[in-house]
Amino acid sequence: MRKSALILAIAPLVFAIAACGGESGQTANTASTPGSSAAPATRNRWDTIKSRGQLICGVSGEIPGFSFVGTDGKYSGIDVDICRAIAAALFDNPDAVEFRNLNSKERFTALQTGEVDILSRNTTWTLSRDSSVGLEFAPVVFYDGQALMVRKNSGIKSLADLKDKAICVQTGTTTEQNLADQMRKRGITYKPVVFEDVNVTFATYAQGRCDGITADRSALVSRRTTLPKPEDNEILEEVISSEPLAPAIAKGDAKFGDALKWVVYSLVKAEELGITSQNVGQFASSNDPDIKRFLGTEGNLGEGLGLTKDFAARIIKHVGNYAEIYDRNLGPKTKLNLARGQNQLWSKGGLLYSPPFR
Amino acid sequence: MTNDKLPIWRDNRFWRITLQLVAVFLAAVVVVILWGNLNRNLRQLGIQFGFDFLKQQASFDIGETLITYKPTDTYSNALWVGLINSLRVAIAGIFLTTIVGVSAGIARLSDNWLVRNISMVYVEVFRNTPLLLQLLFWYFAVFLSFPKTENKISFWGFIGVSQNGLEFPWFTLSPEFSALLLGLTFYTGAFIAEIVRGGIQSVAKGQWEAARSLGLKPGLVMRLVIFPQALRVIIPPLTSQYLNLTKNTSLAIAIGYPDIYFVASTTFNQTGKAVEVILLIMLTYLILSLTISVAMNLFNRTVQIKER
Repeated sequence: MRKSALILAIAPLVFAIAACGGESGQTANTASTPGSSAAPATRNRWDTIKSRGQLICGVSGEIPGFSFVGTDGKYSGIDVDICRAIAAALFDNPDAVEFRNLNSKERFTALQTGEVDILSRNTTWTLSRDSSVGLEFAPVVFYDGQALMVRKNSGIKSLADLKDKAICVQTGTTTEQNLADQMRKRGITYKPVVFEDVNVTFATYAQGRCDGITADRSALVSRRTTLPKPEDNEILEEVISSEPLAPAIAKGDAKFGDALKWVVYSLVKAEELGITSQNVGQFASSNDPDIKRFLGTEGNLGEGLGLTKDFAARIIKHVGNYAEIYDRNLGPKTKLNLARGQNQLWSKGGLLYSPPFR
Repeated sequence: MTNDKLPIWRDNRFWRITLQLVAVFLAAVVVVILWGNLNRNLRQLGIQFGFDFLKQQASFDIGETLITYKPTDTYSNALWVGLINSLRVAIAGIFLTTIVGVSAGIARLSDNWLVRNISMVYVEVFRNTPLLLQLLFWYFAVFLSFPKTENKISFWGFIGVSQNGLEFPWFTLSPEFSALLLGLTFYTGAFIAEIVRGGIQSVAKGQWEAARSLGLKPGLVMRLVIFPQALRVIIPPLTSQYLNLTKNTSLAIAIGYPDIYFVASTTFNQTGKAVEVILLIMLTYLILSLTISVAMNLFNRTVQIKER
């Protein structure tokens, strides 16, 4: 009798509290379709970064050419250079960045919860990531495609030859889904062997457990250099999917999003205008109004973005233009030696295009 | 009976009830604050909390499945496949590890010097190294070092061992499954060996002597007299080890075996629904663990009753 009285007394109390507190969450739960977003509130991460004086950049740290930690503890790669460009624009110091290594499973949660300011981690820009995962993507910094690597002596020349064979794949990436889609389209059965860690994936392939391994072409090229006998492996020409790689921030921060967009475009624009880290000083005294506006000697384009008027000049001085970044990390002098392919200016047949700086 | 009315604040029952009410109220307030915070932050990111994503197409393949599964099936189907895979390893693992553990535990107390020391080395090595390392060892150093399936090593004509795993005439166990199963079996077996040894040593020495004086051989003494009494001490910690084994199957992701944790984390990576997926996995493991606990507690009770 006493116990039931207790329950009768507590229950309405708990429900009352739940109703009060739950109301704030009710508006978000009314829609039933997945991925539909309530209007996101504006965040001011941009101001937080400025007051902190340092950018926290989420990278992989394990992909040579994109984000890799060298034996001296220094980070290098295209993704790394993008973050350094932002730091250069904000603080005139490309080293005002803290890098955090993230694996493919924790990268989105780290961004969503605010553990990193920006995710510059070889992430493919897809519709679902743009909407239901709550990310906002910057312009594409590297146009990649998914490909397959096999051993030269296996006799596999195309996807069809992989019928009933084992293919190594890393979990949680677009790679998994794309492979499933392409094989389903062609009606080929296969056996996926999926791992969490990228190192384990490649090690298993190297051991011979899988007949093929699939990942972004740039990742395959870069990791092939770490295999015991790189020459024994070849990357098939067949392109399984397009993978536009772009940096991402958490949704709802319009100021950060705009600034990030134009930081990336400034790298392309500088290459279009022919400005490099070596000659940016000379270009400062140029008569071309385009260049004057771009470098900030005339007008104040940066103000609207929350940056200084010479933000583009800072970026080019400290980090270089897109061509310099590419050559430094993936160019002919590096082990990777990836041809620019689609990552070339539009005027030279590639996909890089910057809107006007005016 | 005297009917002296105490003032309400002197009444013990009043205080007990009030304090419990206050505690429940505070707990409810904390939960509501956290829930409101979660919802606020998710809304700011434009993410919805909900389990509707389970009806979406999974569009990823799963390497090993006992039931039919296609990439066009829903996420909830994929999670079921993962659950069945986890159960396969857990059930086979519990069965095998009991055999290994009990044998090693009894061997530890053997009169034979060699048997005793081999068992000691086994227990010390497998208990003191991390499980993840052991799984990687089984996978890379053992299973992936076997020859390719064309040149498989054959035992007794019907078990073939190769890089494709353990090949029996009717079915094949993949190297991922075999490595996970064997790794978990031997790791947990080492702990069970010590539990068994402790249980056997807890039986009074007088029981040994009485049994021997009845003329029973050492093997029969162990089986008929000592071990049934040792079971009373062994079963509670044994339950913990079974639960450990079940939860440790989540390490499968490190060696490519698609268990429920692996499928769930792929799901969460592709849909971005971190909170919902984590809740699902926690619930799954909780139900599995509680089931095993309940079963073992029932078993425990039957062992207890036999005493008197």
